[in-house]
Formats: sequence, structure tokens, C-alpha cells
Amino acid sequence: MVSILPLEMKAATASMRGKKLVGPVNFTLETKGFTIVVGPNGAGKTTFLRLMHGLQRCAGGQMNWAVPADEAQQKQAFVFQSPIMMRRSVVDSLAYPLRLRGVGKAEARTQARECAARFGIGPLLESWAPMLSGGEKQKLSLARALIIKPEVLFLDEPCANIDGRATREIETLLKTAQAAGTRIVMSTHDMGQARRLGEDIVFMLKGMVHEHSPAEMFFSTPLTAEAKAFTNGDIVE
Amino acid sequence: MDSIGQGFWDAWGLIISLDPDLYEIIFLSLQVTVSAVIIASVIGLPMGAWLAVNRFWSRRYVIAVLNALMGLPPVVVGLFVYMLLSRAGPLGGFGLLFSPSAMIIAQVIIITPLIASISHQTIRDLWAEYHDLLISMNATRTQRITALLWDGKRALLTATLAGFGRAIGEVGAIMIVGGNIEHATRVLTTAIALETGKGNFAFAMGLGLVLIVLAVIINLLIHIIGKTERASTW
Ligand SMILES: Nc1ncnc2c1ncn2[C@@H]1O[C@H](COP(=O)(O)OP(=O)(O)O)[C@@H](O)[C@H]1O
Ligand SMILES: [Mg+2]
Repeated sequence: MVSILPLEMKAATASMRGKKLVGPVNFTLETKGFTIVVGPNGAGKTTFLRLMHGLQRCAGGQMNWAVPADEAQQKQAFVFQSPIMMRRSVVDSLAYPLRLRGVGKAEARTQARECAARFGIGPLLESWAPMLSGGEKQKLSLARALIIKPEVLFLDEPCANIDGRATREIETLLKTAQAAGTRIVMSTHDMGQARRLGEDIVFMLKGMVHEHSPAEMFFSTPLTAEAKAFTNGDIVE
Repeated sequence: MDSIGQGFWDAWGLIISLDPDLYEIIFLSLQVTVSAVIIASVIGLPMGAWLAVNRFWSRRYVIAVLNALMGLPPVVVGLFVYMLLSRAGPLGGFGLLFSPSAMIIAQVIIITPLIASISHQTIRDLWAEYHDLLISMNATRTQRITALLWDGKRALLTATLAGFGRAIGEVGAIMIVGGNIEHATRVLTTAIALETGKGNFAFAMGLGLVLIVLAVIINLLIHIIGKTERASTW
């Protein structure tokens, strides 16, 4: 199977009504790793992830996957900061991405059931998705993203609105997904989580990729004063 | 006062004795209105969905026209349909004037804007909620509209019920294009108007009771659907 990675961005920018939100960014998403995107609020983490995933149009510069864009699009998934729950049961929510790809109803439901069990939401199969708790919703979002076996998974602060226990469960699920070969790119404002999961760290500031280094290096000897201040927990703007 | 009480009991008598004239009128009313609601839904629901998910330069005008049409006085719709279908009119050759078909056409014109407009609002809100997810999942245009119509089905059912409520109680347009002909185009509302005019209160009240019961059932259904919407399991 041909990999969609690496993703090459050359002076890529994202803008909204003429105002530049992110970029110009020179960045390569390599085939291996667990990338964590950090930075203060408003630094452009969300926009950067959406730009890579194609939810945000590339307004300038270049952005190329190793395969044509529409092919690459089929092999990615995105988990949003506030979970988007379809007005369906858990099992139907999980079956939906498969149904979109032409999988038959019975087969999609069978796979959905297996998937729910793996993600610890098996007992909730028949529950109405919008009625779940925050942590359950995010686990469902993750399961729904991974059920299509994407090659690249983007997550935008998936643990921002959930408690410690659900966060730990999500982290375990993410490690399992990574071990199974999913390339993960995730933003977080939780430095502990960045240290626990990150293999390489993207530090964003004012819409720019300020620094991109291996995790040990980023946390021990950051290249710039701003990154140093940020890892120390100082306020960076 | 006494005549109201008397009319009420006589009306009951007609209903429980399965008076054939009464039931013929009820049946025609339901037939015309249900047909109109089905046609208007087939046009209005996808039209509302389509307006909600597509951006094009004239969209705002189409929506403005839709809202304006919603406020059209039914009598004017009746006049318009009358002129279309009358012998000298552009569609006169079909000989539809003073037939149930003419009444269905008038009702469709009256309730399609209502159904399309409610559908548009519902789907627009749901689309705002689902937009990023459906784009992220690569859903095609058809798949998006299908998902929105399916997941919005309760609110859309409410829209069709609202259309039913409006159509079954409508009198002006139906009177003009149907002609209130006995055993042919006489429906609940036109019959009430006629029987009241003739001083035949028992019959008018029997018909009125049926209309009230239908209205109550529809509003109960809308209420129940709204409740399942919030605490949903289907
Ligand atoms: N839809 C939008 N319209 C206008 N500005 C936006 C929009 N989304 C984000 N921004 C702006 O873009 C910048 C980056 O935002 P975001 O990517 O959400 O940052 P982060 O996720 O790091 O907090 C912020 O200044 C924000 O105000
Ligand atoms: Mg953000």
C-alpha cells in the first residue's frame, strides 16, 4: 500500500477573509512519529491542524502529500476539540464512516460493535450519542475516526474538556493506535501530556511554526527563548 | 345558547351514527390534504435542504421569496390557481377546475413554502453542527444532504405536520378552485361555511368537531416528536 506521507508544506498559509491566520509555514510531516503541537491560546494550533487535514484551504504556498490530494483525504481522520455528535445511536454513529465508504449495513454494524468494545464504549452501543458524557463522546469520536483505519489521525486538544480518567484512557487508546501503525498529530495545552506522548514537538507562536524538534530536545534544550519560557510554564504571547 | 347545546348533541349523533354525507366529506378532506402534504413535502423538504447546504449568489433572494410566499393570503392563491385552470387560462385544457386536483394544487402552493422554510431552518442549523465532520469524512454532496435529512427527520416531520395543519383548515382557496360541489369537492371547511350560512348548525358542528380533533391530534404529535427530540431514542 502506498503511503500518503510525507506531507510537505512550503510557505503554506491559511487565511480567513483576507486576514492571515497561520503561516507561512515550512514543515514536513514525516512517515514516522507522534507529533504534538503546542503553543499558547490563539497561536494557530487548530488552524494548522485543519490546514493539514484540508478543512482549511491552503491560501498560499504549497502543500503536498505523497499521493494526489483526494486520495490522501481518504486516509485521514480528525478528532475535534468539542466532539461533533450525530443525532444517532452510538452503534450507528460508528457505522456511519463505513457506510459512507459503501460498506453494507450489517457488515458496518458488526464492525461498529467490535470497534466499540475495543474503545471501551461497548455497553453504550444503543445509547443516543448526543446524550453521552464528555469523556464518552470523545472516546466515540476517537473510535469513529479510527474505524476507517486512517493512515494519519489529527486530534485537536481532544482532552481539553474531559477529566483525568478519560484522558488516561484516551492516551492509552492513542498509543495502541500508534502501535498499530497510525501516524498521529495532536495539539494539546497539557505539557504533561506532551511529555507522555510526544516524539516530536511543534511549538507554535503567532501563527508560525516557531520550533520543531524531537521531544527530548524540546523539553531539555529548547532552541529559542520563547520555547524555553513556554516549557517553563511562563506566559508567552 | 340552547341551539349550541342542541347542535352539539345532533353533531354527536351524526358522528356516531356514521352519517354517510359527513364521512364522505371527512374522507375527501383527508384525501386532498394528505395528497397535498405528500407532494409539498417531496418538493419542499429537499428544496429546504438544498438551500441550506449550497451557496450561490441568488440564495438570499430565493429564501426571501420563500418567506414572502409563506405569507401569501390563501384567497389570492385560490384566485391565481382559478385563473390558471379556468377554461381561458394557460392550463385550462386539462379541465381541472372544480375538481379535487385543483384543490390539491392550491394547497400545494400554500404549504410548500411553509414546509421548505421550516426544512431550510432545520437543515441549516444541523449543517452548521455537522459541517466540519461531514467534510472531514469526505461525504459527497448527496451523502451530506441524505445525512442531514435523516438526522433532522423529527424536525422535518414536524414541518410536514405543520403543513397538514395549515392545509386541512384552509377554506378560502379551496372554496374558489373547488367550488364546494356536493359529493365532488365539498370538504370540511367549505361545508362548515355553507352549513353555517344555511343555519344547519348540527351538521356544521359535527364537521367542526372533526376538525378540532384533527388539530389536537396534530399538535399532540408535534409535541411528542419535540419530546423525543430532546430525550431521544429513535
Ligand atoms: N474562523 C475564524 N475567523 C477569524 N479568525 C479566526 C478564525 N479561527 C481562528 N481565528 C484566529 O486565528 C488565530 C489562531 O486560532 P487557532 O488556530 O484557533 O489557535 P489555537 O488553536 O492555537 O488556540 C487566532 O488569532 C484566532 O482568533
Ligand atoms: Mg485551538
